[in-house]
This record gives sequence, C-alpha cells and structure tokens, in this order.
Amino acid sequence: MDLASILQILESTIRLSTPLLLACLAGLFSERAGIFDIGLEGKMLAAAFFSAAVASMTGSVWLGLLAGIAASLVLSGLHGLASITFRGDQLISGVAINFLAAGMTVLIAQDWFRQGGRTPSLPSDARFNPITLPFADRVADVPVLGPVYSDLMSGNSILVYVAFLAVPATWWVLYRTRFGLRLRAVGENPAAVDTAGVSVVALRYAAVGICGVLCGIAGAYLATSLQAGFVKDMTAGRGYIALAALIFAKWRPWYALWSCLLFGVLQAVALRYQNIDLGSLVIPVQFMDALPYILTVVILAGFVGKAIPPRAGGQPYVKER
Amino acid sequence: MEKMPAWADVVLIPLISLILAAAISALVILFIGESPAEALNLMVTGALGSTYGWGYTLYYATNFIFTGLAVTVAFHARLFNIGGEGQAMIGGLGVAVACLYVPWPHWSLALVAACISGAVFGAAWAAIPAWLQAKRGSHIVITTIMFNFIAAAVLNYLLVNVMRPTGSMDPATERFAETIHLPTLHELLAPFSIAFSKAPPANVSFLVAILACVAVWALIWRTRLGYEIRAFGHTETGAVYAGISPVKIIVVTMLISGGLAGLMGINNVMGEAERLVLNATEGAGFIGIAVALMGRGHPAGVFLSAILFGFLYQGGAELALWTSIPRELIVVIQALVILFTGALDNMVRMPLQQVFAALRRKEST
Repeated sequence: MDLASILQILESTIRLSTPLLLACLAGLFSERAGIFDIGLEGKMLAAAFFSAAVASMTGSVWLGLLAGIAASLVLSGLHGLASITFRGDQLISGVAINFLAAGMTVLIAQDWFRQGGRTPSLPSDARFNPITLPFADRVADVPVLGPVYSDLMSGNSILVYVAFLAVPATWWVLYRTRFGLRLRAVGENPAAVDTAGVSVVALRYAAVGICGVLCGIAGAYLATSLQAGFVKDMTAGRGYIALAALIFAKWRPWYALWSCLLFGVLQAVALRYQNIDLGSLVIPVQFMDALPYILTVVILAGFVGKAIPPRAGGQPYVKER
Repeated sequence: MEKMPAWADVVLIPLISLILAAAISALVILFIGESPAEALNLMVTGALGSTYGWGYTLYYATNFIFTGLAVTVAFHARLFNIGGEGQAMIGGLGVAVACLYVPWPHWSLALVAACISGAVFGAAWAAIPAWLQAKRGSHIVITTIMFNFIAAAVLNYLLVNVMRPTGSMDPATERFAETIHLPTLHELLAPFSIAFSKAPPANVSFLVAILACVAVWALIWRTRLGYEIRAFGHTETGAVYAGISPVKIIVVTMLISGGLAGLMGINNVMGEAERLVLNATEGAGFIGIAVALMGRGHPAGVFLSAILFGFLYQGGAELALWTSIPRELIVVIQALVILFTGALDNMVRMPLQQVFAALRRKEST
C-alpha cells in the first residue's frame, strides 16, 4: 500500500470518525451523570433530518445546524422527562426515542418534500464545506508531512474541528471544573451530591442537555457535511457504534477519541476494500462491519481490561423523605 | 404510595397509554393534512374488514406473539432482552437449515423439525449474552444490541457467500421443497367450508403461536422454574437466599427467550417466504418490546397486543397504499406505545394512584 492510499483511508477515517466521536462524547456526558442513553441513534437521526430540511428551505447551513440541535434537544428533553422526572426505565425510553425519530423523520420528510422520505439534495452553499488551513497549499509538496498537513488536517469541514476540539473540552469540563466533578459524582453516588445540597435533577438535566447538543451537531454533520441531504435511516447504526465506542473507551474522553478513530478506520477500510485478501485467508466485508460490535462484546466480557460503568447508571434517583 | 386495584394495573393503565398514543398519532395525521377518522376507518376496513385483511393481520400477529413472548419471559427475570431481532434472524436461519438440507416427506414433520431447529438457533444466539451477563456481569441490553448487528452481518455473509444458489444474484437461499409448504389459513379452513382468502400468508404457525402462549403461561405460573424466574425477577437477593442460582436463572431464562424469538422463523421464513431472505424479520423483534410492554407480562395480554400490532401493521400498509401517509406511521405509533407503557409509565400511574387513593379516603369517611 502506498502513501497515497494510506492517506485516502486516513482522510475517510477522519470524516467517518467525526459523527461517532460527537455522539460518543454526547453519550459520555449523559452516562457519566447516571443516565444511560441508547437513544443516541434517534437523536442523531432527528438532527440530521431537521438540519438538512432547514438548510434546504432557508439556504443557510447555520440555521440548519441550529434546527438540528433543537430537534435533538427536544428528544433529550423527552428522555429527561421519562428517566429523570418520571423515573422510568432509561433503556426503554431510549428504544422509544429511536423509533420515534425513525418514524417521524420519514413522515415529516414525506409531508414537506414529497420525495419518498428524503430531503432535496443540498446545494454546495447550504452545506458545511471544507476549510483550507493556512499554508496548506504551500507545504503540500513537502514529503510526507506536506500531504499529511494539507490533505489530512486541512480541508475538513468546521464540524470536524469542532468534534476533535470537543475531546479536550470534555476532558477539561469533566475533570477540571466544579460542574464536571458534580456531574461525575451524580453518576456514581447521587445521594452524596444531594446531601451536599446540589440538585441531582438539575445536574442530570444539564448532562442530558449537553448530550442533546452534541448529538445535534453529529446529526447535522451527517446530513450537511458528510452527505448532501437527509435520506431515510441515514444514521445506519452509528448511534450504536458510538455507544460501543463509549464502552470501549470505558467512559473516558481521550479513550473515546481513540476508540472512535479505531471504529472509523474499520468503517473506512470496509468502505474501500470489499473483501480483504490476505493470500490464504479472505476477510469478508461483513466481518469488518461486525468488528466494532464484536470488539465491544469482548470488552464488556472483561477479558481485555474491565469496563466498569458509572455506578448509579440506569437507576432513577429517589430523594429520601 | 397506596396500591391500586389489580384490574386498574392490568386494564386501565395500558388502555390509557394506548389512548394517549392514539391521540398523539391522530395529531400527527392531522399535522400532515389527512383526516384521522378517515385513516382509522381505512385501517379497520383494510385490516379487519375482510378475510384478506384478517389473514395479513394474523400473519403479522403471529410474528409479534413469538417476539412478544420472548421479551415477556425475560422481563419476568428482570432481564431486558432487546436482542429478539437478532435471535429471530438466526432462528430463521435454523428453520432454513432444517427445511433445506433434509428431504421431509410431509410438512408436519418438517414443521416439528423447523420448530426445534429455529428455537435451538435462537437460543444459541441468546446464550452468549446470557452467559456474559451471568458470569461476567456484562450488561445484557448492550450485548444483545451488539448481537443484533452481528447476527445481521452473519446472515448477510451466509446468504451472499454460502447459501445463495449458484447463478443467482439475489442474496437468498433457494426455495424450500413443495412438500413442506405449510398450510395457510385458507387451506386449513376449507374443510370446514369456511371461505378464507387465499392470498394472505397467515398459516398454521398461528396455531403454534397460540400453543406457545399457553406453554409460556404454564411455565411462568405452573412450574418450579417459572416460580424461580419470578422470584429472581422480584428480588434477586431474596431468591439467592432461597437457594436459587442467579447464573442458572439468567442463562435458562435467556435460552427460553431466545428460543421463542427463534421460533418466529417458522412463520416468516417457512410459512411466508418459503426461503431465507435478507432482513426477513423486518423489525418484528423490536415490536416484541412494545407488545410485551402492552401485554403486561401475561401471555394473554401478549396475544391481544400482538393482534393489535398486527392490525396496526396491516392497517398501516393499507394507509400507505391509499393515502399520503407513509408506512412509518406505525413506527411512530410503536414508539409512542413503548414510551407511554414503558418509559412514561409513572406519568400515567401517579395521577391514577392519587385518584384511587382519594376514592378510598371518601369511602372510609
């Protein structure tokens, strides 16, 4: 394999990792606060549709992004209502949100655009376009480092940079701010947080809200940057891969970056090569597709390091009276 | 909080949840510029107005009975088996293997073999998540989700690379032999001179599904194992104190659950398609979640809510045919049912409990 094809795979890795990373960090905020979220998929899907729909109607991709975030936040609010206020089952709520988004996006798309449950293709000025970093053209001829800078690091859409900057930001918020300390505490021992006079409900709603914003950006990236418009079920299981990446990362931000990049590489390789021929052995493309899920099961099984979820995860908090 | 009478829990809460889901669905239909009354009318005539409609309704209901029972059995041990979809896919594979590679002389023998094979395959697919939950504490919801995706990849690989007949472009197995064609309701009812439509795929599997309901009822409420499952689901520590092994209960419950989901294959693979195709389950494994939540843990409830969802499925198909309402409306209704009966259960329950408490206070004064 030559440098050019390696670079191509890495380029597509970055593009494919971005939505995973955003959704994974979204899940990280929510689950670190003790709210399991298997509705990442649905929130991304809703955001993808509304961002593409609004971008297509107004011609402004920024309004589209806002609409996507708003749609995702509405579903987050629903999840919060079910799992925080009414202390329902967080997993069942997530399942419901996924179906709600899968159904509603097609229903509304059909009603608004009448194109079989999709939005019209977005013209280039209604999408997030690649940004060229300074000096990218000038250093392109430098061997190895030149193409790495000009092809890999430069020339991505702004949301890609947002996603990668969100990693240190998440780390800083969680481990260097008071809010982050409390957020982590509420996922481990909500009763202690409550005793300290901090509202468990408010903290959890805040975490679920941040989760909604990040999922919204992830969905908008899918529909307005990676692709040009919304198609039915376009998240294609990315929310679940993000969930897998989150477990793979053991609920930590920097590890989330690496696990999302790993799953991104897998997707990029599966996309580029159908079956990988290793001489005596052919790895079928379906194996590459299934690999993130298999790896997650292996990690969950605890054979390769133990993945311990936040202790209060999934349990509604009942205030003592 | 004071307790409600049992009938309120069994009848009133699902009914209110259903009404809420229906009301929101009606709003959605209004929003997209159609008339909810007309839509309901179309759905009822399309799904229940003819034996043709009933045939499809019962065909879908058969699928949902199996997956709904699968989720229900797991719920009794307080396990959330979200992997019914994958287990049903692999169960379908088991049914296909039983039908393709043995020259059965008669459909009844083939059906028995297909039931066993489908259930064993489905149970095997649930076995790994079950073992991981029991022994390693890996969260069964996450592992069963992952196994859904792995099942899809496995099936995709087998159909494209292994089981596809040479020369065919279609990722599907060849047709099963004519001798093992399962009798449809038309053929079953003809001897009684009942004219049932020929077209719909409802078949003898519906009767197997009813048998499965009875068997699950007997298992849960009439056997020692069922008692242990319920005890474990109620209080794990109490069950352990009573000498019930959590590992055994988790694994056995999940094997039964996966086996029930796998049984679905006799309906959609053997009864309808008569060959194994990609995505044969069409989301029925997930509808099982809604069916189980509506069914309130009882096989009779599962049966009724499976018929309801069969009606919604067939009615939704008719709607998509005659109006501008896409089929995805049923996905929305399904989501709302899961939301109200599952996640927002307390929202419905809390006000009701207050009403009943107020009534009781009135009585006592």
